[in-house]
Amino acid sequence: MISQILAWAIFFLPLSAFLIISLVIRPFVEPRFPSARKASGAITISALLISFVLSVWIMTTIEDSSYLDWDVFSWITLGSFNLTIGILLDPLTSVMLIVVTGVSLLVQLYSYEYMKDDQGFSRYFSFMALFTSAMLGLVLARNIVQMFVFWELVGLSSYLLIGFWFFKPSAAAAAKKAFLITRLGDVGFLIGILYLASQGDTLVQAVAAEGLEGVKKFNPLDIVHLNAFAGEFPKFLAAGLVTQGIFTWVALGLFAGAAGKSAQFPLHTWLPDAMEGPTPVSALIHAATMVAAGVFLVARLFPVFETSVLSMNVIALVGAFTAVFAASMGMVMNDIKRVLAYSTVSQLGYMVLALGIGVPAVAMFHLFTHAFFKALLFLGAGSVSHAAGTYDMRQMGGLRKVMPVTYATFMIGSLSLVGVFPLAGFWSKDEILATALNQSGLVGVVVVACAFAAVLMTAFYTTRVIILTFHGEFRGRQGSESHLSANKAQDSHAQDVHLAESPFLMVLPLIILSIPAVTAGFLANPINDTWGLGIIPAHWFSHLLHGHTVKFSMTAASISTLLALIGIGFSYLRYAKSSRVQKKDADEGLVYRVLSNKYYMDWLYEDVVTVGLFYRKICTILYWIDRFIIDGLVTLTGWLVKSCSPVIVRVQNGQLQTYGTGISLGILGLVIAYRVLGL
Amino acid sequence: MITFEHYLILSGAVFALGIYGVLTRRNLVAIFMSIEIMFNGINIALVSISNFINPALLRMQSVETVMPDVALSGQIFALFVITVAAAEVALGLGIVMMIYRRRQSVDATDLVSLKH
Repeated sequence: MISQILAWAIFFLPLSAFLIISLVIRPFVEPRFPSARKASGAITISALLISFVLSVWIMTTIEDSSYLDWDVFSWITLGSFNLTIGILLDPLTSVMLIVVTGVSLLVQLYSYEYMKDDQGFSRYFSFMALFTSAMLGLVLARNIVQMFVFWELVGLSSYLLIGFWFFKPSAAAAAKKAFLITRLGDVGFLIGILYLASQGDTLVQAVAAEGLEGVKKFNPLDIVHLNAFAGEFPKFLAAGLVTQGIFTWVALGLFAGAAGKSAQFPLHTWLPDAMEGPTPVSALIHAATMVAAGVFLVARLFPVFETSVLSMNVIALVGAFTAVFAASMGMVMNDIKRVLAYSTVSQLGYMVLALGIGVPAVAMFHLFTHAFFKALLFLGAGSVSHAAGTYDMRQMGGLRKVMPVTYATFMIGSLSLVGVFPLAGFWSKDEILATALNQSGLVGVVVVACAFAAVLMTAFYTTRVIILTFHGEFRGRQGSESHLSANKAQDSHAQDVHLAESPFLMVLPLIILSIPAVTAGFLANPINDTWGLGIIPAHWFSHLLHGHTVKFSMTAASISTLLALIGIGFSYLRYAKSSRVQKKDADEGLVYRVLSNKYYMDWLYEDVVTVGLFYRKICTILYWIDRFIIDGLVTLTGWLVKSCSPVIVRVQNGQLQTYGTGISLGILGLVIAYRVLGL
Repeated sequence: MITFEHYLILSGAVFALGIYGVLTRRNLVAIFMSIEIMFNGINIALVSISNFINPALLRMQSVETVMPDVALSGQIFALFVITVAAAEVALGLGIVMMIYRRRQSVDATDLVSLKH
C-alpha cells in the first residue's frame, strides 16, 4: 500500500530544492562562498534521486485503482462550487512519474558537468528543480484547475529556461515566443475549464438523478469524477439528462491547450526556436517531459474526449498532419538541435494521432519510449556540440572517430527513433501504425497516409544527421579561437573546438539512457503476446493503462521497416558524399526553399498576422478609438471641470454660516421631498 | 384646548428661529445664544412627545404592563439636554474667549480659515 505522504513527497522534494536554492543559497551563501554553487546542483540531484526511487517503488507496487479515494482538500468554496486539491495516483500517473523523475535525474547529472563553468549554475539548478516539481504537480493533480495551475507553472519554467542566457537577444526572443504561443493554447484550455464549470450544475443534477457508481460527492472539476461520468455517458444521454455535445467544447478547448504545449500544428512554431536554451533543457523540457504534457492531458481525460466524435477526429487529423508536416521540415534543417526539435514535434504528432484514433495506452507507450530516446539524442547533440563548438551540422563530420561513446549511443537513439527492430521506438510506433491501419473512413485514410509518410521522412532526416555529424571528414574550424573562449562562460558553451570525447558525467547519462532506448519496448512487447514467450507478462504496460490491447501487426511492421530502409538508403545516397553538404541553399530547388523557410509559417505569424494584421490594421483602429474616444472623454472631463470651476469656487468662501445655510436648506429640501412630494 | 400639534408647531418655530439666528448673526456670542434657542425648541418637542405619546401604545401592548418610568424617558432626556447644553456653553464660551484673545474680534465673517 502506498502512503499519501510519500506520494506528496515526490512533488515536494524538488520544490523544496528550488526554495532552498533560490531563498537561501543564491541570496545568502553564494555571494560569500562562491564554491557553494556546487551544493545547488547536489541538492537538486539528491532531491530528484529520492523522488525517482519513490516513483520506481510506486510503479512496481501500484494496483489498479485503489488510490482514487485518497484525501481531497477543499481549496476554495463558493456556495455549491467547491475547488478541491488532491493527488490522483493511477497507472497513467505512475508512468509519467517514471518518465519525469527518471529523465530529469539523468539530465541533471549531465547538466552538473555541462553547466559547470556557467555563471548561472545555481540559477539553472533552481529553475530545473522548479520545473520538475511543477511537472510532477501537473502529473499528480486530481482537479482540472489544480492541473491548470501547474500547467502554467511548467510554462513559466520553460520560459525561464529557454531564456536562461537572456543576454543573447535570440534566446530572449525565443523565450517570449514560446511563452506567448503556448499561452494562446492555454486560453483554449481556460475556456474549456470555464465551459465545464458552467455546465457543472447540469452534470451534478444528472448524477443526482441517475447516480454514478463509486462516486460519493460528485464534483465536476474532479478528474476522477469527470472520467467516471464520461465513462457512463450513454446512460445519462439515454435518460435525456445531458446533450450529446456537452463535452465537445470542453474537449476542443482542452485540446487547444494540449496543442500549444505539445507543439501541434498550428501552434508548433515555438518549439524549434526553444532550442536557444541550454541543451539539457531541450532534452528534458522540450523533448521528453513538458511537451508530452499535452498528450498526457488528453490521455488523462480520455473518456471525456471519447464522448465527442468531432473532437476525436480533429485530434487525429491534427496529429497526423503535424507528424508529416514537422518531419518534412526536419529534413532540411542544418542545426542539429533544430532537426531534433522538428523530430520531437513529429513524434508528438504520432502520439496525438494515437489519441485521436482512440488508443491512449499506445500514445502513452510512445511517449514513454520517446522520452528516453529523444532525451538521449538531445544529450548526444549537446555532447557533439561540446566537441565541435557549434550546432551547425555543416561544420561537423567525422566525429565517430573521436567520440566513440557519443556516436554509439546517438546511433542507438537514432535507430530507436527511426523504428528499427527490435529497439523501443519500433514497438511503440508499430502499435500506432497497426491501430491506424484498422481505421476506416476518410479520416482513417488520411491518418494512415500521413503516419507512413512520416516514417519515411523520419528515416531520411535521422540518417542525414548521423552522416553529417559523425561520418566523412571534419569540416569545422580547427583549434580554439582565443577571442571566443574569453567570454565562453558568458555565452553558449558551443564555442571551443576540442575534438575529444565528453567528460564522464556527460557520457554516463548517455549510456544509461541508451538502455531504455533499446529495452523500453519490451515492457509491452507484443511478441510476448503473439508467440507466448512469457518472459515479461504480456502487455504489462497496457495493463497498467487499462486495456486497449493492440495486437502486433506484421503488415504495419513490414511496411514501416521497408519505408524506413528506403528513407535511410535515399538519405545515404544523397549525403554520403560531402560535396553535397557544402552546396549553397540558393542552388536547391523550390521545395527545399519552402521547407527550409518552415513553410513560411514564421513569416505568416510574425509579418503577416502580427505586424500586418495586428499592428497595422487592428491596432490602428484601436489607436484611433483610444486617441479620440477614450482620450476625448478624458479631455472633456478636464475641460468641464476647468470651465465650471470659476463659478463653483465661489461657493467655498470659508464662511461657516454659508455652509450652515446650505446644510439647512438641503435638509429642508429632503424633508419636503419626502413628506410633501412623497418621493 | 392646546393639542399635541400646537406644541410641535411651537417647537418647530423656536427651532427655526434658532437656526435663523445661527445663520445670520455675526457675533459669535449671539450665535451661541441662537444655539441655545434651538436646544429649547428640541426640549419642547421632547417633553410634549413624552406626554402625548405612550411608547406602550406604539408597541401595541396594554398600558398596565408598561412600567411608569418608561413613559417618563422623554422628560428625563430633556433634562439631559439641558445639562449637556450647559456644559457645551461653558466650553464654547471658552473657545470664543480664545478666539477673541488671538484676533481681537468675535465677528463670524472674519473666520474664513476653512477656505484654506
